[in-house]
Amino acid sequence: MSLYQGLQAELVRFRGHNGDQGDAYYARPTRAGRFPGVVIIHHLPGWDEWIMEVVRKFAHHGYAAISHHLYFREGEGSPDDIGARVRAAGGVADAQVMGDTAGAMAYLRAQPNANGKIGVIGFCSGGRHAYLAACTLPGIDAAVDCWGGNVIIDDPKLLNDKRPVAPIDLTEKLNCPLLGIFGNDDANPTADQVNRSEAVLKKLGKSYEFHRYDGAGHAFFNTARDAYRPDQAADGWKKVFAFYERYLGAAATSVAAE
Amino acid sequence: MCSHIVEKAALVGSAKGRKGWMRIDTANVYFDHPYYSTLDHVLAIDFTNEGEGGRDRVAIELSAESARALVERILAALASGEAAHPVPVQVAAE
Repeated sequence: MSLYQGLQAELVRFRGHNGDQGDAYYARPTRAGRFPGVVIIHHLPGWDEWIMEVVRKFAHHGYAAISHHLYFREGEGSPDDIGARVRAAGGVADAQVMGDTAGAMAYLRAQPNANGKIGVIGFCSGGRHAYLAACTLPGIDAAVDCWGGNVIIDDPKLLNDKRPVAPIDLTEKLNCPLLGIFGNDDANPTADQVNRSEAVLKKLGKSYEFHRYDGAGHAFFNTARDAYRPDQAADGWKKVFAFYERYLGAAATSVAAE
Repeated sequence: MCSHIVEKAALVGSAKGRKGWMRIDTANVYFDHPYYSTLDHVLAIDFTNEGEGGRDRVAIELSAESARALVERILAALASGEAAHPVPVQVAAE
């Protein structure tokens, strides 16, 4: 297998919560074979260019990857304008995000290149969604929470009709291995909240690994931000790919397919 | 931070966006990660007309420091402007 592999990226339609149809960005290796799937859950600002880069990164590493637009119901418009409207309306409901995420997983499973394994990964609010998905959706083989805030809720006023439950309170139902990536300078989640999350996972005997990075805050993978920390991000991505290789089998599957 | 915390301010005014001038009735104000700026956090304001659906906006993203300085300059401009152009006192009809 040559060092670099081709990939194809495109916009597709997927069926989400309540059967609603929306847009998703889908990228896959172009070589023959069966590949694990990864669902990428975008951050609160929206379905932006950096998230598309992440989708292509997974395809480059041998995964069939999809990022579904969580705000597609807002209709036409630039991602930032749509994100602003969603924010002004108080965000999207957890139940809707879980329905949409299940739909994105179903899209991957329906493709002829699927090897049957599915991972989810989310960033920022998407990290929280990934944690929720790992606790509530069947069929996830490995989940990655990248600095998901509000997994632990210290202020009950943050719970409402759209976000009725703190994800940490669902940890008993966590049904797949969980990888957590955090910056120690982050304000949400704080280092203390990350420690308390780990204590719950440990107490319940869950399969997890947490990696914490000094000199990094929120969103330190994001090359479009001042928050980007190249050394910490490079190590963090290694941890993500090692985790998925262990539980989804990307490298073994793609090499075997050659 | 990625919260959903938004301060809403009712406004009477207008703003110029990509479609030209529009009336605005709301400012959605929040301090969070930006969409465009490379700063870690910004004070963002979306000027919209929610009475007409709020689909168009005029958006700004400011550093915290410059946002605070702007608040002071707005208050200073109002003070000096209103001193130079006193608002007429309405006299009730007899």
